[in-house]
Amino acid sequence: MMATALQTSTVDLVARFPGIVSSDARPGYTGFIVNKENLVEVATAVRDEFGFDLLTAVTGVDYIAENKMEVVYHAYKTTGGAGLVFKVQVERVDPVEVPSLINIWAGVDFQEREAWDLYGIKFTGHPDLRRILMWEGFEGHPLRKDWKEPFFEEETKPFKSRWPEGKHTFAEQKNPFRDNLNFPKDFDPEKYTVDKEEDLYASLERYSTKDVEGSMKTDHIVVNMGPHHPSTHGVLRVAVTLDGETIIGLKPVMGYLHRNHDKIGERNTYLQNIPFTDRLDYFNSMSNNFGYAITVEKLMKIQVAERAEYIRVIMAELSRVQNHLIFIGMLMNDLGAMYTPSLYAFEERELILDIFEAVSGARMMCNYFRFGGVVRDIPDDVLHKIKGLVSERLPAKADEMERFLNENEVLVARLKDIHVLNAEDAVRYSVTGPVLRAAGVPYDLRRADPYSVYDRFDFDVAVRHSGDMMDNYLIRFDEIRQSLRILEQALKQIPQGPINSQKPAYQVRVPAGEAYGRVESPKGELGFYVVSNGKPNPYRYHVRPPSFVNLTAVEKMCVGTKIADFVALLAMLDIVMGELDR
Amino acid sequence: MYGKGILKGLSVTWKRFWDTYTEDISWMLRGRKRYNSDEGIRHRSSKDTKGIFTVQYPEEQLILPEETRYIPFLVYNVDAEGKKEVLCTSCGICAKVCPPQCIWIVRSNDPVTGRPVPEPTEFYIDADICMNCGFCAEYCPFDAIKMDHDFDIASYGRNIYNMEKLLKPSSYYESIRPQNFKIEAEARKAKEAFKAAKAEASAAAPAS
Repeated sequence: MMATALQTSTVDLVARFPGIVSSDARPGYTGFIVNKENLVEVATAVRDEFGFDLLTAVTGVDYIAENKMEVVYHAYKTTGGAGLVFKVQVERVDPVEVPSLINIWAGVDFQEREAWDLYGIKFTGHPDLRRILMWEGFEGHPLRKDWKEPFFEEETKPFKSRWPEGKHTFAEQKNPFRDNLNFPKDFDPEKYTVDKEEDLYASLERYSTKDVEGSMKTDHIVVNMGPHHPSTHGVLRVAVTLDGETIIGLKPVMGYLHRNHDKIGERNTYLQNIPFTDRLDYFNSMSNNFGYAITVEKLMKIQVAERAEYIRVIMAELSRVQNHLIFIGMLMNDLGAMYTPSLYAFEERELILDIFEAVSGARMMCNYFRFGGVVRDIPDDVLHKIKGLVSERLPAKADEMERFLNENEVLVARLKDIHVLNAEDAVRYSVTGPVLRAAGVPYDLRRADPYSVYDRFDFDVAVRHSGDMMDNYLIRFDEIRQSLRILEQALKQIPQGPINSQKPAYQVRVPAGEAYGRVESPKGELGFYVVSNGKPNPYRYHVRPPSFVNLTAVEKMCVGTKIADFVALLAMLDIVMGELDR
Repeated sequence: MYGKGILKGLSVTWKRFWDTYTEDISWMLRGRKRYNSDEGIRHRSSKDTKGIFTVQYPEEQLILPEETRYIPFLVYNVDAEGKKEVLCTSCGICAKVCPPQCIWIVRSNDPVTGRPVPEPTEFYIDADICMNCGFCAEYCPFDAIKMDHDFDIASYGRNIYNMEKLLKPSSYYESIRPQNFKIEAEARKAKEAFKAAKAEASAAAPAS
């Protein structure tokens, strides 16, 4: 089935690079293991000879028992089809060194920094290898298996203290500065001030242009936007170097909302992770559930109940519609059209959230998917309401929204011909989702690598060609219309039957192995990389959030434009901090 | 003409503005209440809603669907003599499945034999940590813990709920989730009937 189609590939790297590449023979694993010394050579061939132009995910795994660290790369073709997984294994010393692939795929930038930050894997040749989610001066690399968080109780949940003796101590009763919290030498938390930012400002420097002989001498100023700025969609800070009003250097600083979702996920059981995925991109908990569920189902090698597949598609597409509506509303907010358009958008979203609440019990934190299906069936009256919304109200409201905004002269002046990304750069920076499609690359996972029952629906991949802001804005309307098309067909085709192929169980048995599952979330490719060792808790749980990877391109997008357009450009990426900082 | 697009857009705003009043008048002429009535609120959250959309909380409140879930509570039955019968057997599944691990239970032991008794001595839920996922209610084999509808619980202090605070009668459960209650009651009845039939069959078998 699809599960295998996603993972296997017809590419034979071993034949191309004998002695350098070997195939991964561990049971449940796929892909190739590449010698560290030849990684750049092999990766160049993967891109240029085999045509895997989109490197979506880079992450580390700490195999502490084997004394090994592994870096896993997932490469895909923008023309669609199966991916290629290749890995590098290195001895677990401190620091682990692996060559950076930033010159081959620019999109690895933030992901390599993340692997350095959380695993301590040093990517040699990376021009700006700083911590990205943790603060500068943080001691240790938290995703390593021998790192323990403050208030550490036990390696895995469920914690034994809770039952049957009920001996539980509250976190606040523990002394926060004593319990296995490590600080660097001479560190006094009381006196801590952020003073290690020379690196950040130094990294901005490399863009500074020398003054041209004879021209007027101008000073460059560094402006810090955020973390508390109303238009950065949460606590994102951006350090910008300005020459007059023109941006000449830009670095996003993130991690203010970081909670190490990956580490929490490795403590949790497989089931317990589902409600945590809701909190990633909190606008689209249904899509997040979807991505995680198909990944674990792939590992478990189970089929999903037929009716549940349709329910999943309906929920994911409704979620896309409301996400794009919010996007349009929030973009208007960022452009200064405060509140009227965004409240119009919220009105339709409200009706969709009512549906989510009626089926799942919560408006945003849905927690609706289970392995093998969904929690509960859609009641008939709710199904009726969805039909009414999809066939009558939402198409009319999308038209109304377009009538309301599209020809507005101020909006057109702000959006038209302001360049976001061209196709080549978008692919190079691993950008996915509407931003990639607006640049002219018709890459939509629902078509390129169909999952669930998307291959049964007739729809077009929304694509626009100029890659300016207007196209990025209009493509959201196209996608809403295509989602409504899918919804109409799904509502017609939905069969009767059970909603879960499995018996309800609070602990699932997951065979050892690895799986990378991905879905087309409204913001781009949402991927989950899960490694199981046969125990009730995942050995490795990694989220590849679209917001985070798309943000890699923000520097490329903004350098050379005016500061006033930066906020709108950032809005185009449609970032959500819950998923960006994880 | 410059400004045509803006005017076109404003016509949408203008239409929405008038819709509120035309709706109000048409509801008034039909002699029905658009505000502060269930019918009005239901209409405002249906696909046919037009004009003003907001609900004036707390005077008006949205009608919650049955599945709405908030902080869990423990269900007890009241028997014929008015005695409380707590359904929880302190099996600990809810504490084990809880993602943030906010449930902790003290199991009772028989004072004479020291063996565990299927009844909790203490049952705590840290409502500040609870993420309202509903797993405890979903995986409870005894229908003893259920999700509540009571969402306005903001307070200044720490909310750690003990048994006293958590216990609610099954009549309350029935009032907030009539459909689920009916289905569960039927399932329980069927199970008992099945058990009784099985017991009867096994009682009859050695005789024959």
